[in-house]
This record gives sequence, structure tokens and C-alpha cells, in this order.
Amino acid sequence: MTRKLLAVLVVALAVVAPAAASEQNPTLPELERELICPTCHETLAASTSPIAERMRAFIRAGIAAGDTKSEIKDKLVDQFGESVLAAPPKSGFNLLAWVLPLAGIVLAAGVVGFLAYRWSRSRKAEEAGPSANGRFSLDPELERRVDEELARYDA
Amino acid sequence: MPGRLRIALQAAAVLVVALLLALLGWKVFNPDEAPDAGRPAPDFTLPHLNSDEQVSLASFRGKAVVLNFWASWCGPCKDEAPLLESAWNRYKDQGVVVLGVDAQDFDVDAQRFVDRAGITYPVVRDKHGSTLGHYGVTGFPETWFIDAQGRIVGEHVAGPLTEEDLERNIKIALGRPA
Repeated sequence: MTRKLLAVLVVALAVVAPAAASEQNPTLPELERELICPTCHETLAASTSPIAERMRAFIRAGIAAGDTKSEIKDKLVDQFGESVLAAPPKSGFNLLAWVLPLAGIVLAAGVVGFLAYRWSRSRKAEEAGPSANGRFSLDPELERRVDEELARYDA
Repeated sequence: MPGRLRIALQAAAVLVVALLLALLGWKVFNPDEAPDAGRPAPDFTLPHLNSDEQVSLASFRGKAVVLNFWASWCGPCKDEAPLLESAWNRYKDQGVVVLGVDAQDFDVDAQRFVDRAGITYPVVRDKHGSTLGHYGVTGFPETWFIDAQGRIVGEHVAGPLTEEDLERNIKIALGRPA
């Protein structure tokens, strides 16, 4: 039990520690991938436009001044709006952009699972023949004739 | 599948398709294109570059407006700034306003540009570039001319202005073409 707990903690640390380090000590290449050039709508990493060059200089100055990744991004959002972010922030209305695709995948998986379950049940019922109560369902005309024969037999 | 569930799913699918078609139709009929001459100039309200004062295009109704979109990193914008400043000084007493719209820029760079070029005409800051789509601006500089009734007139100059462009179109905006 202790070992398992330790393993979970190690994995959690392995995931959280680099993210925290990246937040405190961001690098130019990672910010270039997370920001969009407002004139050419490509990531800064892919853009050579004059404003992209100016934004790179702004980021370098921010890193040199000890700004965190969030601080640098916030300053750029203040200048250019949220469209400068390559991915929408995980807050407010923008959270929908993260939640809706996941909800869509879960919903689609649910629908597919439900349909597959129903289809497999109907296949089983066809193969088994009798209905759930163990009786074959007869044609009404055939059932009437069977009843007649049985009545005559009893008589 | 029960009939009711099937009908509900079909209705949802039809609704989604109808919404997508409505979105497509809206985008087709409301493209980010340059407005035609004679049409009302799209209005906007933006903060002044170096103050919190809000400036709206509609507040210049009754005057001819030279609407110039620029950014500090744009080379040709530096070349045409003296022409615009000169036109502003020549025509401001004749009912003409030169209005600069700075976009896709840093505040500090825009202010430095204004100081260096000695610009005295009003300049607003469009941080989020919201006016660019309404005017179909695809690059800097771009200039529009608007008459006293707030209608687009003359030529839409996409690129650096010349002295002749300015003179000709300001006269059209004032309703006295050559």
C-alpha cells in the first residue's frame, strides 16, 4: 500500500515539477509555440513578420526581468487581446473550448456503446429463437388451429 | 431503437445541420470585406492612444474624415505620416479630421511613433483589431475617406498615400471634387 502511494506521488511529481519550472523560468522557444503572431496568424515560432520579431524581443526582455510565463502572456494579451494565445485560457467562457470536445467524445462513445449493446442483444434474441419467457411466438392463425386440435384431442 | 428516441436523435441532427447552415449563410452575407463607396462607414468607439478618453467615429459627423490604419512597425506608415500631418494642418479649419487607428502594435511603440513623427491629429488604439475586419483591412497602411454624412466616399487607398491621393479624396469628401 505504501509502495503504491509512493509510486503515485513520484508520477504526480514527474508531471507537476516540469510544469512548475516552466511557469517560473519560461524559455523563448516554448513561448514562441504558445503565442500567435497577430498579423499572420501563425505561431511566433513560424513567423518572421516585423511584429513577431518585436514580440520576441518583448518576451526576451520579460524573461531577463524574471517574469513568469503567465505574466509575459498576460502582458501580451493586454496589448493584442486573447487571440494572441495559441490555446484558449482554461477559464470563463473559453473553458468550453476545452470541455466541449471531451464531452463530445464521451457522448459519442456512449451512443456507440448503447447502439452496440442493443444490436448485440437483438442478434442474441434472433439466434436463440424463443422469446424471453421461453415460448415461441406463433402466428395467430396457427395458434388458433393448435388450440382447436388440442380441444379436439381433449374431447 | 424506440421510435421516440429515434425521432429525437433525427431532430437533433437536423437542428445541428440547420445551425451550421445558418452560420455559413451569416458568414457569406457578412464577410470581412471593404465597405463600398456610398455605404455608411462602420462606426466604432476606441480609446485615445495616450489617454482614457473614448473616441467614436460618429462624433465626427458633420466633418470629412481621413481614416488611416497604421502600426509602428510598418515602414510605409512612417513615410506617409508627414503627409497626413500636413493635410491635417491644412484642412482642419475647413471641416476635415484626420483620424489614425493604430492596431496590432505595442502601446509604447505606437506612442514613440507618434512622438517621433510629430503627429498632432487624433489617434486611437485598436488593441484587439476589431475595426480591421469591419473595414476589410488586410495590411498597413490603409486609408478611407468619409464625408460629412458618415458615408464612405472616394478611393480606398490600400498602401502608402501620395500627396495627390490625399488632395483628390479630401476634396471628394468635402463635396467639392475637381
